[in-house]
Amino acid sequence: MAVAPVLFELRDLACERDERLLFARLNARFYAGQAVQILGPNGSGKTTLLRILAGVNRDYQGDIYWQGKPVTDLAWEFANELLYLGHLPGVKKSLTPLENLRWYAALQGAVPDEQLLTALAQVNLAGYEDTLCYQLSAGQLRRVALARLVFSKAKIWILDEPFTALDKSGIAQLENRLIAHAEAGGLVLVTSHQDIRFPQLQTLNLQDFAEYPTLGEPAHG
Amino acid sequence: MAKSPSLFTATFRRDLLLAFRHKGEMINPLVFFLIAISMIPLGLGPDKDLLMRIAPGILWVMALLATLLSLDNLFRSDFDDGTLEQLLISPHPLYLSMLAKVLAYWIATGLPLMLMSPLLGVMLSLPSGAFIALCSSLLLGTAAMSLIGAVGAALTVGLRKGGLLISLIVMPLYVPILIFGASAVAEAALGNPFNMQLAVLGAILVMALVLAPLATAGALRVSVNG
Repeated sequence: MAVAPVLFELRDLACERDERLLFARLNARFYAGQAVQILGPNGSGKTTLLRILAGVNRDYQGDIYWQGKPVTDLAWEFANELLYLGHLPGVKKSLTPLENLRWYAALQGAVPDEQLLTALAQVNLAGYEDTLCYQLSAGQLRRVALARLVFSKAKIWILDEPFTALDKSGIAQLENRLIAHAEAGGLVLVTSHQDIRFPQLQTLNLQDFAEYPTLGEPAHG
Repeated sequence: MAKSPSLFTATFRRDLLLAFRHKGEMINPLVFFLIAISMIPLGLGPDKDLLMRIAPGILWVMALLATLLSLDNLFRSDFDDGTLEQLLISPHPLYLSMLAKVLAYWIATGLPLMLMSPLLGVMLSLPSGAFIALCSSLLLGTAAMSLIGAVGAALTVGLRKGGLLISLIVMPLYVPILIFGASAVAEAALGNPFNMQLAVLGAILVMALVLAPLATAGALRVSVNG
């Protein structure tokens, strides 16, 4: 782990929302080949942190460095390396799974249709290519979004509650995919309320950086 | 379809497809346009001279209101299903993706409005000499209104009830388009040249084309932050 390059570095990150400090003095380093689970109770700012890291939310104090440079200077390079799955699946319900993936393929660069079909087959959606997403279940919608992981070339995966609505085999499949990505030198940042089976999994508990712990006692220092 | 198209064409194609899958939303402003204008002769009586005099103004005001009616939908579904944030963090220039979205939106709402207008002109006994002015002014005007309206839609997409606010933001910007558009048709109805009005509308369109997608992209970033 010592030789792995630092991909992400957070320096003194703080975020305030509706006049409530979600977290402060957040310093962290994320290396290539890591899988990190962000922990914290509901409302502790997990989603907000992921949105900040993905560049969706720009309302924060502190600095984010990507490969040693401020991420704001490398916005284009960073966006090319990023795959972000928010808690909204990002799937258009009046399109078919294949049409949804085609748009994502264009977002990323050239991906031929055959590869998209294989991706759908890998998330057990073979046969649903031409069904409108209205008719799919919540778990299947999530799988459409997760199919992006199969053909993505991004190095950093930022996934917000990706296990929601998945069945047991889907969860196991996704776990394996995350592990494979980390082992191939990628970085996985994930929030989840369930335990992830991965021996090298690291955790970052947002409660450690909460200005006022939920028990109501002000933090010192 | 062998190679993936650029994000511009992909977004454009996707939005057109979505528009045709949601025919109700697309037809709504057209039906409003049709009904509102066919009510005018019923309310005012069949006085041909009176109708002819008010036709340019009525046609243009109704076209403007019809555009406002559908504006809220421009980014609403993208915002709700999360594809909007995916677009915002993509490495592609937002200017082009915004342009693609507005272009698809205009083809689905503004263009049919323009194509329908001569029919309604007949209903208001607009002289046939004014049809070219009506169509060309609406062609330029609806395109500019879509572009400018997108800024208002982007600013209010994060609010639960943005419909009324859009109108308030966008209305003042629509006023010059309305004035010059209606004046082009009115002049043409009298048999006068209307080049000047079309030139101004064209200039407004070009300005909107350059500035509005940038403002839209900026407004969306603010809306998504919330």
